[in-house]
Amino acid sequence: MDFINNHILSLMTFLPLAGAAVILLMPGGRDESVKRIAAVASFLPIPLAVQLWFTYDRTVAGVNVASQFQFVEHYSWIPSINVEYFLGADGISMPMIILTAIISFLAVIGSWNIAKQIKGYMALLLLLETGMMGVFCALDFFLFYVFWEVMLLPMYFLIGIWGGPRREYAAIKFFLYTLLGSVLMLLVMLALYFNTVNPETGGHTFNMLHFMQQTTHNGWLQGFDIRVLMFLGLFIGFAIKVPLFPFHTWLPDAHVEAPTAISVILAGILLKMGTYGLMRISFPIFPDVTKWFVIPMAVLGAINIVYGALCAMAQSDLKKMVAYSSVSHMGFVLLGMAALTPAGMIGASFQMFSHGMITSMLFFLVGVVYDRAHHRDIDGFGGLGAVVPVYTFFITVAFFASLGLPGFSGFIAEAMVFIGSFDAFRTIVVIAASGIIIVAAFHLWALQRVFLGPLNPKYAQLEEINAREIFCLAPLALMTLILGVYPMPVLNLMSSSLIHLVDIVKMVI
Amino acid sequence: MFLGNFDSLRYFLPELAITATILLLIIVHVAGKNRRSPAAALLSLVGTGTAILFALMTPASAGGGMGLFEGMVVLDGFAAFFKVLTALATAIVIFMSIDCAELSERTQAEYYVFLLSVLLGMFLLSSATDIVMLYLSIELVSIPSYLLAGYLKGKASSTEASMKYVVYGATASGVMIYGFSLLYGMTGSTQISVIGNTLATGTVPLPAMLAAIMVTVGFGYKIAAVPFHMWSPDVYEGAPTPVTAFLSVGPKAAGFAVLVRFFYTVFAAPDAAGGMWHLTSSVDWTFMFAVLSAVTMTVGNLVAISQKNVKRLLAYSSIAHAGYMLMGFVLLTAAGLKAILFYLVVYLFMNLGAFYVVVLVANGSRDEDISHFSGLGTRAPFAAVSLAVFLFALTGIPPFSGFIGKVYLFAEVINKGIYWLALVAAINSVVSLYYYARILKVMFLEDPTQAEELSVGFVPRIMLAILVVPTLLLGVYWEPVIRIAESSVRILTN
Repeated sequence: MDFINNHILSLMTFLPLAGAAVILLMPGGRDESVKRIAAVASFLPIPLAVQLWFTYDRTVAGVNVASQFQFVEHYSWIPSINVEYFLGADGISMPMIILTAIISFLAVIGSWNIAKQIKGYMALLLLLETGMMGVFCALDFFLFYVFWEVMLLPMYFLIGIWGGPRREYAAIKFFLYTLLGSVLMLLVMLALYFNTVNPETGGHTFNMLHFMQQTTHNGWLQGFDIRVLMFLGLFIGFAIKVPLFPFHTWLPDAHVEAPTAISVILAGILLKMGTYGLMRISFPIFPDVTKWFVIPMAVLGAINIVYGALCAMAQSDLKKMVAYSSVSHMGFVLLGMAALTPAGMIGASFQMFSHGMITSMLFFLVGVVYDRAHHRDIDGFGGLGAVVPVYTFFITVAFFASLGLPGFSGFIAEAMVFIGSFDAFRTIVVIAASGIIIVAAFHLWALQRVFLGPLNPKYAQLEEINAREIFCLAPLALMTLILGVYPMPVLNLMSSSLIHLVDIVKMVI
Repeated sequence: MFLGNFDSLRYFLPELAITATILLLIIVHVAGKNRRSPAAALLSLVGTGTAILFALMTPASAGGGMGLFEGMVVLDGFAAFFKVLTALATAIVIFMSIDCAELSERTQAEYYVFLLSVLLGMFLLSSATDIVMLYLSIELVSIPSYLLAGYLKGKASSTEASMKYVVYGATASGVMIYGFSLLYGMTGSTQISVIGNTLATGTVPLPAMLAAIMVTVGFGYKIAAVPFHMWSPDVYEGAPTPVTAFLSVGPKAAGFAVLVRFFYTVFAAPDAAGGMWHLTSSVDWTFMFAVLSAVTMTVGNLVAISQKNVKRLLAYSSIAHAGYMLMGFVLLTAAGLKAILFYLVVYLFMNLGAFYVVVLVANGSRDEDISHFSGLGTRAPFAAVSLAVFLFALTGIPPFSGFIGKVYLFAEVINKGIYWLALVAAINSVVSLYYYARILKVMFLEDPTQAEELSVGFVPRIMLAILVVPTLLLGVYWEPVIRIAESSVRILTN
């Protein structure tokens, strides 16, 4: 028990990898056992996440205070250049860790009917989970970078082998875009390393917390122009992942071509890494530059909201519509963060959590109808509500949650973002708020075309959603509803850290 | 301080082991009836293995930096590092040659004689401290290489490769020896340390600069740096694949060894503690080599994009990798040189590994066109996954060793403030992903155009595993290797 408690984050990160290793060592032809092992390996982090939930001390902040991080594991890894194996959790990472555990497990369940090379698929999916979990737990920049990059490999193959008709193009586009962002991040990481010292040893360090102590920077790094360049390097890396306009063009391709469960992970977790990186790394390391960049960030956020929503409205492919709605929703995160107010920051973080659940539901639901009808053309259906009432119920819930109807978590998050950012930049917020109408419009319009109206006779025999699919959707729908009515459990989890983060950035002159 | 000829012999065991093996091979060749028997290959493996063992033992018994044969060669950790590295490459190439169908009609003892002669040349090249010795060992590396490139007598491209190689090689070494003669004329010595000390006393005259440029041409040709790379794509494509693999790793590593040792001793030492170029007077050497590095990697990567032949693609990629490694050289600092040494180790495994898979695929198809890799993921999963690992490592993606190698190379450049070079190299990594991923795409993403399985024998499987393991392991835990690289460089820089 002690071992589990002392290494809980490592276990959450590497249990899926162990599962992947077991799957690879199994003889071929045992598809059912492969699926079961994958399910077990991705389920195990959930009880551990529950353990985290109950033992996490919500009063301390973390962010840049090493002693306030919880579940810390800190070992030397490569002593000659001071790379450390340093994991820990605070209010910024806790919601993401929990979200990753849940969505990854549901993604494995959602992949149950993959027929092609299930062994490789599950192994890659589990490797992906390790990468994602590692990114959210790592506090050493080198370790963070390794996990960040490790995700690319499984993602490339998962889109490229199991994806749709244009999978090859989508996979390489995703890979090249993300790698471009990553190498910029690598350069910034190395520049930070050489210009920061660990106050305890006097040597250079990759420890993010040392990067955040401005006093450990040397004179060169304290120069404002240098810091702006480095902030931009990181920002582009993270913006590609979010994705922010104009770096978003990989997203529609990747989302549309990826198999259902991979789209779920892509939208549910991977996109959050960009904004998580900004909160975890860019803001606290470069607070002065952050303050300088709030207006451009808010503008980019607003562009994402409105432009993403307009693009979504123009789509005839249901999955592409959902993909663009993600672009729109991630804009809220950036807008909330840029406001540098507690409400804005907490709203942004809550939006990350809430959007992770809602968009996962949407992609699952799109996958369900695609599995049966083999197309996703919004205008190609009609009147499905009469044929598949249960499915219609779930998609209505998901659509309403996504368009920000009160009573669902998305509403709380978006409201907090607007409240938090209104005072900071009124014009931008007013423009961004118009996005809400467009978001509502395209959701309702799609709902109407697919589920209402006269029944398209082609789909009179459409199969109803099955128990496994409901199993993937029900927990997400339930959580969205509960958090929409009573969001405090998750807000409490992150508030002290995020308030502290705002203070760090604000206090800089 | 120099040992005489007879005293030196007992510190010369790796070279003696190789020489003895070469002589034995010739006897086997003359006496043996069955000219295609594997005896020659096994014998060369034993010889190479013995040489590795001796090379591993030497630094402990000799300490760092002992002049042998009246100062012709030196025995130090730096030389030992390169001896082990090049001998290891040779051993892997011998295995590759056994598995190569292309060579099987002609594999005879003489092939291994040439291979081991190059190895002997590389041993001497990495330890030479006298410009006469240095020139001789470069020729000892080059001449058997020409023969190896043209080893497939019936194949026109192989003959063409050999011819091109000879012409370029002769020109480059002619220019280089002219540079050497200038150095001798100015300093009156053939000892590189004496030359370095003499040059250090006064301001650097024009001839010294000319000499430096001419010598750069010679070494640049050996490591295939742009613009001295023209020979390499044709040679790499025409030569038998194991030879290509060998040329892209062995002589390239030895070329870096001599480049580093020569420039460090002659143009930077003895006041090189801060990694300063001594020859700074009128030419910005750091900038010049930075440009050389940037151009080399960019040209290599851009041309590689359009290649359809995987062997030629890997040839251009190896030009690009020489460019990355030159990043460690531009500042002549201990950290930069350490990065080169470390990169050579990871490059050895990942590049030879990639070529190994090419050999296995080409055995079935008779040429290396990218279409023959189609569906390899299902036709030969083990080989395909291994190749994927090697290609990711070559791209520089964690958790594979190539990433760590690049981190060290980038780190020193960033540390010393040459950010533009780091940026160029970083963008080059992204470009390189594009063409490496094309192979991945053909192997895994496309449906196979041919259905039959590609059988991979037991020995190649083991060899691939032996190459994959360090490629993975050094990406996760590389402390011991970086320490070895560090101590090897320290002997040189002290």
